[in-house]
Amino acid sequence: MSIELTENKEIAVSSPPTGWQVIWREFKKDKVALFSLVGLVVVILGVFIWAWFIDQEALMKISLRDKYAAPGTEQYSGLGSYFLGADQGGRDIFGQLIVGARNSIAIAIAITLITGIFGIVVGLVCGYFGGWIDNMFMRIIDFFITIPSLMLIIVFVTIVPKYDVPAFIMIMSIFLWTGTARLVRSKALSESRRDYVNASKTLGTNDFIIIFKEIMPNLSSILIVEMTLNFAGNVGIETGLSYLGFGLPPSTPSLGTLVSYANNPLVLYEYWWCWLPAAVFILLMMLGINYVGQALRRAADAKQRLG
Amino acid sequence: MWKTIVRRFLIMIPQLFVLSLIIFIMAQFMPGDPFTGAITPETDPARIEELREKNGLNDPWYQQYGRWVGNAFQGEFGMSYTFKRDAGSLIGERAVNTFWLSLASVIILYVLAIPLGVLAGRYHNSLLDRAIILYSFVSYAIPTFILALLFLFFFGYTLGWFPTSGSVDIKYDPGTFGYIMNKIYHILLPATTYAILGTTTVIQYLRSEIIDAKGQDYVRTARSKGIPMRKVYSRHIFRNSLLPIAAFIGFTITGLLGGSIFIETIFGYPGMGQLFISSILSRDYSVITALVMLYGFLALLGSLLSDIIMSIVDPRIRIE
Repeated sequence: MSIELTENKEIAVSSPPTGWQVIWREFKKDKVALFSLVGLVVVILGVFIWAWFIDQEALMKISLRDKYAAPGTEQYSGLGSYFLGADQGGRDIFGQLIVGARNSIAIAIAITLITGIFGIVVGLVCGYFGGWIDNMFMRIIDFFITIPSLMLIIVFVTIVPKYDVPAFIMIMSIFLWTGTARLVRSKALSESRRDYVNASKTLGTNDFIIIFKEIMPNLSSILIVEMTLNFAGNVGIETGLSYLGFGLPPSTPSLGTLVSYANNPLVLYEYWWCWLPAAVFILLMMLGINYVGQALRRAADAKQRLG
Repeated sequence: MWKTIVRRFLIMIPQLFVLSLIIFIMAQFMPGDPFTGAITPETDPARIEELREKNGLNDPWYQQYGRWVGNAFQGEFGMSYTFKRDAGSLIGERAVNTFWLSLASVIILYVLAIPLGVLAGRYHNSLLDRAIILYSFVSYAIPTFILALLFLFFFGYTLGWFPTSGSVDIKYDPGTFGYIMNKIYHILLPATTYAILGTTTVIQYLRSEIIDAKGQDYVRTARSKGIPMRKVYSRHIFRNSLLPIAAFIGFTITGLLGGSIFIETIFGYPGMGQLFISSILSRDYSVITALVMLYGFLALLGSLLSDIIMSIVDPRIRIE
């Protein structure tokens, strides 16, 4: 009780809380979100650092004597035991999980950044200028939203002649920028009618500076929320496509390819340790990112704040 | 009212045109041509050239495009070379299965979501409300293929409550009561999976509608007339909050189509989504183009349906 009181006093005398303070207070109020945030940071950093030390060639080496080794059994070569068992080729599931998670996360981040930057620029420009630019892009966005994008991504993946990871990121990005653009446009539209923008225009400020130095910082909280939730969505789409076999090329393991071991009914039921860890990993990661996203969203909207 | 529908319909035409153009261009990049399946490696090259000339494959692209669209309107998409039969009728057969699966999904979705949404809104901030919010949060965050696999693993294999693949067992004769029951039995697990994934939006929308309605004047009027709260909920609030939910049906259809690829593949259900994946794997291009076009058309139809229902329900958003 006394701690809370002193805290309130401090806030009362200080200037209005900055964006980071608001976010921090929101996380302190919502313990699950805080736990998710800490967990995500630890897991993502851990996966990246650990994957650095894993020798991919040794990992993907087939050792048929260890075929479908159950979790905890000794390796045939005597080099240690399988923490999460082994797959059909006797390859360590745990090592594949770490490398796959690293790849899936890195690709989801890349797609989030590309679609985010493109979507934000298009949204800001459309919302600020309006007129024919806005009309044109809105028609394009409407079109993208109604087409069956998942199917088109799959078709593109199969007809692209030199298919590799950058190609996959580009194909995904082409279809996934529209949501961000639409949201940013609607926010920029109302923001550019504000007095401060009009004042800046009267002063003769360059449009470019108004858009990126004056309007964009005011939308930053919404942009952070949007990017966080997009990241979750992109992890879902990438792993889903890899699961179907249309995501990452076979040479690059992903969480989705690990889950796709379950396509074999025998593995699905008998050797569940091949696919279940990756599925649970994806599930927990999605829940965590979404929890963090929800907390950020509440922090961005004064009406919904808990703290 | 009619003006809105007609205008909304007219907006659809350029979208369909662009989609068909993209698919046509994509089809040009795919190896193979409309009579793969009709020819074998032993066919004389001169005969192939003759066939190409006769079928107009040497014409300029806009003429080919025009003919392709014309054929597509009549349901002719060429031959499926893996199944050695007309792609249109093949898809038609699968479409029936997908239709039943979608219908079952929509019914289960609303049967689950409406009571949950109403309860969460009515007992706002209670423990029940929090549990329902948590449920809708988890169902929102979980990817389709993960939930489908977990369900298949748990209910299909571990507990053995449901069949793990197919749409009907061979031992039943079409048309009998057992056949229909067996079909429903096969549909139940995939449909429930889809329904659970779709409940989030309906629950959250319905919940916030009801919380909003609680503070409205008409509710206070009803209360002051002495109507018991139970009746206010069932007669006044529920009706008002339910109307916008109707509009979600269109979007639900669109979402179902995307999800059908995963659900049908995982549950081994012979619908259009599974056909799409197997055609991609066997490079059966006439089926692929036909399916993408059909899905695009249905998705547009779904959003059209939503807009029409919405404009019937809420006159403010009619396009004038």
